[in-house]
Amino acid sequence: MEIIETLINGLSVGSTYAMIALGYTMVYGIAKMLNFAHGDIIMVGGYMIYLTMVATGNALLGLLAAIVFCVVLGISIEKIAYRPLRGASPLAVLITAIGVSYLLQSVAQMIFGTAPKMVNIANLGNLQMGSLKVPYYTVVTLGCSFVLMVGLTVFVKYTKTGRAMIAVSEDRGAAQLMGIHVNRIIMITFAIGSALAAFAGFFMLMKSPSLSNTLGAMPGIKAFTAAVIGGIGSIPGAMTGGLLIGVVEAISFKIPIIAPYTDAIEFLILIIILLVRPSGILGKVRREKV
Amino acid sequence: MALLEVKNLEVFYGVIRALKGVSFEVNQGEIVTLIGANGAGKTTTMQSIIGLIPSSCGSVFFDGHDITKMQCHKIVHLGMTQVPEGRRIFQELTVYENLLMGAFSQKDKNLIKADIENIYERFPRLGERRNQIAGTLSGGEQQMLAMGRAIMSHPKLLLLDEPSMGLSPLLVDQVFEIIQQFRNDGTTVLLVEQNAGKSLAISDRAYVLELGEIVLSGTGKELISSDSVKKAYLGG
Repeated sequence: MEIIETLINGLSVGSTYAMIALGYTMVYGIAKMLNFAHGDIIMVGGYMIYLTMVATGNALLGLLAAIVFCVVLGISIEKIAYRPLRGASPLAVLITAIGVSYLLQSVAQMIFGTAPKMVNIANLGNLQMGSLKVPYYTVVTLGCSFVLMVGLTVFVKYTKTGRAMIAVSEDRGAAQLMGIHVNRIIMITFAIGSALAAFAGFFMLMKSPSLSNTLGAMPGIKAFTAAVIGGIGSIPGAMTGGLLIGVVEAISFKIPIIAPYTDAIEFLILIIILLVRPSGILGKVRREKV
Repeated sequence: MALLEVKNLEVFYGVIRALKGVSFEVNQGEIVTLIGANGAGKTTTMQSIIGLIPSSCGSVFFDGHDITKMQCHKIVHLGMTQVPEGRRIFQELTVYENLLMGAFSQKDKNLIKADIENIYERFPRLGERRNQIAGTLSGGEQQMLAMGRAIMSHPKLLLLDEPSMGLSPLLVDQVFEIIQQFRNDGTTVLLVEQNAGKSLAISDRAYVLELGEIVLSGTGKELISSDSVKKAYLGG
């Protein structure tokens, strides 16, 4: 039973990572940049949930506020900080993204201070099925993530905007020749990524109520690792990588000897997978065809 | 007034002046060809007209609009499109999805459906492979798909950049036939080609581009029989 509980816990943690990894991978695929400020969007979403709950006591309203605010923030960051650098060297964009990351953390610290805030979203209790006992928040996290991932997959595959996203990620110039407004597609990508980050923030606070300005830092890096393991640029890859990292983390925590080295183990997996398959598990190995 | 009017177009890559004031025009219903050697600036001209490469000087007018500084997607919505060099179909999408992308600027769903059926009729190979991932098509099929995808937007002006490149002689003939069909259907064509003989034969007018400058112009027939063209581009 404990194995199954651990697995469910791992999948739940992993689906949170997947939510974040999707933001990294979609922005990388479509805007061709690493948005290192993505993790901090989660943190900003967390503070929106906190503020809304202080004001209204309603967690779902908090989630809604976080989604709206994160989407506006994500779009604004893209427009103000990244768009003027379109066509600049990738290093300049990367440094800018790191700068935005520190800016968000510092502003949050100025406003909310250094002491962590407690955000008690709801005590949902445990789901008891026979001898199987899992906290409800893991079930909620898993269920919501599943719906979001299916929704995103359907959106990308079957809507005009979704197909335009694939087209832009594959060949920006050819996409423009179809009449696709590339900047708008990039904006939509940032909006989707930021909304998913808001969900991830909600899931994280459900699990552990402590909120500080570095909430998104480590999960951001882990989710980025997950995106690379799955194959950066690939949507199913981000989902796979996220779930894999989550399960590894949950199992590792259960084994006393290696538990303290859990983070190291996750990054070790990244190194091993990149050695064996440099493009990641589901990454494309591009065939050049003449 | 000409459908496309390019005046004194200059393009720089860094400090290199790739186009040194290119002027030409394309009238409604014509097939016009730019011929020239590698590096003459043919592709640069095409990319600059449609807004993929910024020009530093000169002007481009299309269908009464000043499109010199316009973004590419807006120019496409005005009714110009391009089959780029190397085809650049979307390898990860299916044949059907590629055609849908071509119709991105179209709103009428029934028209899009009818257009796609039309293209399947015109290119039966694409019809047979409609659900196949486009990256797995042969070079010739990819060229057909790129051309089919381009006419999905019902362009007034179609730019074709080296459509015969890398194709077998049989397919090359087919490509030139299709270009003439497009014109007969009412699409004006601006063609860039290395295959000077075949392209001049179907062109109403043509221009010779050398090192970023137009050095010669005339009707297709005139240029085919011109000594300098014969010598430089037709192998004697």
